Amino acid sequence: MAIRSFARRPTRREFLKATGSATAAALTIGFEWLGPSRRAAAVGANAAVFAPNAFLRIGADGGVTIIAKHLEMGQGSYTGIATVLAEELDADWAKVRVESAPANVKLYANFAFGMQGTGGSSAMANSWTQLREAGAKGRAMLVSAAAKEWKVPTTELTTDKGVVYHAGSKRQASYGSLAGKAAALPVPDKVTLKDPKEFKLIGHQAPRVDVAAKVDGTAQFTLDVALPGMLVALLKRPPLFGATVKSFDASAAGAVPGVVKVVQVPRGVAVVAKSFWAAKQGRDALIVEWDDTQAEKRSSSAMMNEYRQLAEQPALSARKVGDAVPAIKNAAHTVSASYEFPYLAHAPMEPLDAVVKLTASSCEIWAGDQFQTMDQGNAAKAAGLDPQQVTINTLYAGGSFGRRANVWSDYIVEAVSIAKACGADGTPIKLQWTREDDLHGGLYRPMYFHKLEAGLNEKKELVGWRHVIVGQSIMAGGPFEAFVKNGVDGTSVEGAANIAYGIPNIDVELATTKSAVPVLWWRVVGSSHTTFAVEAFIDEVAHAAGKDPYTFRRDLLEHEPRMKAVLELAADKAGWSSGPLPKGKGRGIAVAEAFKTFVAQVAEVTVDDAGHVTVDRVVCAVDCGIPINPDVIAAQMEGGIGFGLGAVLYGAITLKDGRVEQDNFNGYRVLRINEMPKVEVHIVPSAEAPTGVGEPGVAPIGPAVANAIFAATGTRVHLLPFPKSSKT
Amino acid sequence: MSTTFMLNGASTTLDADPAMPLLWAIREVAGLHGTKFGCGMALCGACTVHVDGDAVRSCVMPLGGVAGKQVTTIEGLQSKPAKAVQAAWIELQVPQCGYCQSGQVMSATALLEKNAAPTDADIDGAMSGNICRCATYSRIRAAIHAAAQSIRA
Repeated sequence: MAIRSFARRPTRREFLKATGSATAAALTIGFEWLGPSRRAAAVGANAAVFAPNAFLRIGADGGVTIIAKHLEMGQGSYTGIATVLAEELDADWAKVRVESAPANVKLYANFAFGMQGTGGSSAMANSWTQLREAGAKGRAMLVSAAAKEWKVPTTELTTDKGVVYHAGSKRQASYGSLAGKAAALPVPDKVTLKDPKEFKLIGHQAPRVDVAAKVDGTAQFTLDVALPGMLVALLKRPPLFGATVKSFDASAAGAVPGVVKVVQVPRGVAVVAKSFWAAKQGRDALIVEWDDTQAEKRSSSAMMNEYRQLAEQPALSARKVGDAVPAIKNAAHTVSASYEFPYLAHAPMEPLDAVVKLTASSCEIWAGDQFQTMDQGNAAKAAGLDPQQVTINTLYAGGSFGRRANVWSDYIVEAVSIAKACGADGTPIKLQWTREDDLHGGLYRPMYFHKLEAGLNEKKELVGWRHVIVGQSIMAGGPFEAFVKNGVDGTSVEGAANIAYGIPNIDVELATTKSAVPVLWWRVVGSSHTTFAVEAFIDEVAHAAGKDPYTFRRDLLEHEPRMKAVLELAADKAGWSSGPLPKGKGRGIAVAEAFKTFVAQVAEVTVDDAGHVTVDRVVCAVDCGIPINPDVIAAQMEGGIGFGLGAVLYGAITLKDGRVEQDNFNGYRVLRINEMPKVEVHIVPSAEAPTGVGEPGVAPIGPAVANAIFAATGTRVHLLPFPKSSKT
Repeated sequence: MSTTFMLNGASTTLDADPAMPLLWAIREVAGLHGTKFGCGMALCGACTVHVDGDAVRSCVMPLGGVAGKQVTTIEGLQSKPAKAVQAAWIELQVPQCGYCQSGQVMSATALLEKNAAPTDADIDGAMSGNICRCATYSRIRAAIHAAAQSIRA
């Protein structure tokens, strides 16, 4: 297979030059969040005269508005969505803008979920056919309009950058000038999509549609919503998970200048004020007595002790091939290890926030909304309205990593319940979480214990693999209960139950635990822990077999060509075969498949005499099908590596007697610039349909680094976060 | 109570509690929304502004503390280094979610206004107070070097 490398990216300037876009300044792309009436006005101002489907509008000025059903939370979805549609439309990229879709499950459902929402790295897979067809139909109608006008057959017409050409008569017409006429034509049932060889945008790093506004401070986040008369609410939540309000004394809080109301809601007591600062001071002064009879009072260390014991008991089968237990028992050599994973917070840079304008008959919401129709339903229930009375304006989200997508719509419902408790009088209320609220607020990546055993035969071949996972279920008891099959939550075992290595006897088991600590998917979901366990343990097995950890893996991937190809590419680009690194340094490798994207990484580390780890370099190979935007793919791999690295080096939410011990970024450390390794990304060219890149890059970095630490020191990492990560 | 200071080059008087953090005074009283709230404890840098040319975490700086001083926010960036930083940020496609980027741009600008040729160690020193959860750090570093080069050129 031919391998193309994108280690050196064409710059934006080179791209613009190559694609002939006139000016970078024309790329002012945003979205409407001003509500239906204002949105309509904005459309009018843009003179949108042609709207052939729910994803596309073209104005008389040639402006192309592409409607995104997915949230832009940093992963580049708006750019990817626009690229796919604009490609088939043959739009001028400089005239493309992206607007967020309203909540409408009929028009904008995510095919992976059956509801409108973003997650599971599914945006590009969703868009590939839907938006190419939307663009192609738009183009066909514009071409037909020109053909009618010029009285020539459509087959004689070509399009490029928003213009229809007729070579024979040297005529041309812009999409803007044709938009009105195209609107009068029927929408074709069928269209022919481009041959990938004809792609002008897909695969050619179109600049991101959101970058300019994110560099000059004009990008609009929920934090920035300011409506006339808007109040700011902070909610005091119980210090223990599962506790409820017994009573509260609002006298001191109410006396803080600027505090307007103190109201009890299902999740706690809210202080509503004229400003954040007044609400914060009011909440600090608020006295609440809690009923913690039903609360989780255990420490996370005690819970982990229980998990360790559960791993020794029979559990539910998640995958069974052959019979691993006797295979391991009768093996010539056995290897065993356990790995412990803490609770993790998502900690997006924008603390959770939502603005709600509630009346007796309507509810308008502004949020970096990730589960639009789920949130619409939950908001309606909290407000006592019908879902169709709830309008959602989706803004840019300041990160999410899974946190804004949850089936309880926790922060949205809080905001609605506060607005309701305040009288539902149409006063806009912004609920603002602080960083402490975020870290104390639950919905963590669950804590897990993994126990692994393997058997090698006389020839040092891997003949048996047993993997026991213990931890809470993300899906149980909610609308995604269907992901729990025969008691096994697929998200607890993904990346482990579907282990790619060719092993004759495999046994993967799951023991699901219960706690009042609320848990949630976290970037790359199950693979955030399973990939670590599998890839750290296979390294231990390779070592026990006396084999090179790269070639040992490769030999077990004979029937997994895409996984094998990324492994080989990463090893090759990292110079795996160039011999060992100097003393104190080590190289480690890991590979994963997540959401049908394949990623391999080689990490190089330095471990000093005190045991402190520096990650110097990471070489990453990724196969995500047809690369829609190589630069966005590279960015997601770089970012995924930094995000995952911060977690394995420092990330842990711990409970002492039920109380979260981390308050802010001092206690919950994340990666900083001085800790970011050099990252090289290599993309495997592919003709397969595209898959996502927002999450998979996170999966292999932890085990790659752990395996590199072993190479440097001879010490294995079994406990996360790495005990000696910190130099301070 | 009111506090008078220079905000983005214009004399500004804000009528607010002088103990109110400058961040919230800028956002909610002056109505400038480019400066972000991330931690409230000077731990993440999302709220970085310039006070008399220095990068300052506005979430812990009381409004009263900037009386008579020059405060610059992302909206008021004018200097050559600032424009070079913003151009490099676009050129290298730095932002992902973008929420921390005002603070990143402010810290990078303050660095380049004092040091036209920062080393990697200088960048670590000036930028390690600015968290990016999307981990756009490689591009931030590359963009600062690119901006420095463009200023010198």
